Amino acid sequence: MNRLRRTLLGALLAWLAKPLAAAAAWNENAFGAKTPQDALKGIGAANPAPSKDIAIDAPQIAENGAVVPIEIASNIPGTTSIAVVLEKNPFPLAAKFDFKDGALPYVKLNVKMAETADVRVVAAAGGRYYSAAREIKVTIGGCGG
Amino acid sequence: MAGPMKIRATLAGGNTEVRVLMTHPMTTAQSGQPLHFIQNVSVKLNGKAVIEAEVSQAVSRNPVFSFRLKGGAKGDQIEVAWLDNKGESNKIETSVA
Amino acid sequence: MRGSVLVFLLMACAAFAQDTKKEIQKYQQMIADGSPVELYELEGETLWKKPQGPKNASLEKCDLGAGPGVLNGAYARLPRYFKDADRVMDLEARLLYCMETVQGRPRKEATQRVFGNDDRASEMEYLSAYIAGASRGVRMAPGTSHPKEKEAFALGEKLFFHRAGPWDFSCASCHGADGKRIRMQDLPVLYKPAAAGPVVATWPAYRVSNSQFKTMQWRLNDCYRQMRMPEPIFASDATIALNLFLTATGAGEPYRGPGTKR
Repeated sequence: MNRLRRTLLGALLAWLAKPLAAAAAWNENAFGAKTPQDALKGIGAANPAPSKDIAIDAPQIAENGAVVPIEIASNIPGTTSIAVVLEKNPFPLAAKFDFKDGALPYVKLNVKMAETADVRVVAAAGGRYYSAAREIKVTIGGCGG
Repeated sequence: MAGPMKIRATLAGGNTEVRVLMTHPMTTAQSGQPLHFIQNVSVKLNGKAVIEAEVSQAVSRNPVFSFRLKGGAKGDQIEVAWLDNKGESNKIETSVA
Repeated sequence: MRGSVLVFLLMACAAFAQDTKKEIQKYQQMIADGSPVELYELEGETLWKKPQGPKNASLEKCDLGAGPGVLNGAYARLPRYFKDADRVMDLEARLLYCMETVQGRPRKEATQRVFGNDDRASEMEYLSAYIAGASRGVRMAPGTSHPKEKEAFALGEKLFFHRAGPWDFSCASCHGADGKRIRMQDLPVLYKPAAAGPVVATWPAYRVSNSQFKTMQWRLNDCYRQMRMPEPIFASDATIALNLFLTATGAGEPYRGPGTKR
């Protein structure tokens, strides 16, 4: 009884002492990758299958690359994560969201884009990876611009 | 000291919409300033983690995120926290309206 | 043949411009939802309630025209004439007056950093966000009946069309005729109510291109900079007069700011 109590107390103390930083992981390898391919490898999604069930809503033209709004929803059953890859950024992986029980695989965020490029979204479901992309123009060109 | 955050959680279409704003410079390596950006964002529903995110310096200054939680009821507690690469952190809590 | 190719190209360009406009509108809608403006409003509220200056007083006793401490709808009724100061004032001029009278701060200290940067906005900018936000939904109705208000309106109108400086520019050089633009930005014809309304109903505003919150005084200053004229004095009679001319021209438009701009 005493031993059980001590064990429980010890576990509780260890849990309390655990710094927040250790609890929060950050995938240095994937975020440090300089190509979209390496970024995908870094999150274990080297060859995602193309999917029409990932909805990416964004303006075709962003007036300013400093703020590019993107809204993402995965309609693939059992989606557990969504990663956002900005293909022409110096570090392409922008974010990865893990959805647990109680959350829908949906996110809206603002990102910085270095230039006109594809925004690739990779969703994980049932241990497999799926992807979709959408081009966003960052520089305004065209007629007499 | 971390600047203010703002959160809104509302019921919409049978789900809970969470929108959170964070004050943060989100400086990049290219800006010439010291790299300073949020790396982790977590969302808790009634004390239980429902979303864990890792983000990079490519997220815009003063980040805003919208999330959706399944179902939900008035009074549910939502907490959003962030942690940056310098170890600074902040969090905000609200109840679903 | 050549002619028809040219016509085709022109038509394609017109169609492209239409699509571009639509996509830019979508972009603007998406960034407005979740704009950091709300964070500036929060910080502004903190500053409004923070005791400062030799009198260690907060600005909560400041009368913005609707009574001491009344914020709801106050911004929508500015600029206007204030009897206590015997002067027409816009929001920033009035805040400065309150900093001097309510808080006892010297003008020099209160104006040493009226415009901030992307790292930290100025006190004026945070306060402007908070106070303007308390007028959302209220129709713009600046003062136009007092003799000093009429005088300021007339001065503002004159300044709007007054050409000067090394380039012989006036406000009207850019904002005085339909169809002008800078890159993709259509320039509103600001002496016409239909164009002035949406502008005065969305300033002050957050600029995404430099991540900064900007006030009307800054906006007018920047126009003078672009016209290559000397920088106006902060909250001077001239800038207040211009502000009144623009706001009165756009009067009646429900306030929906602080805005979020490219």
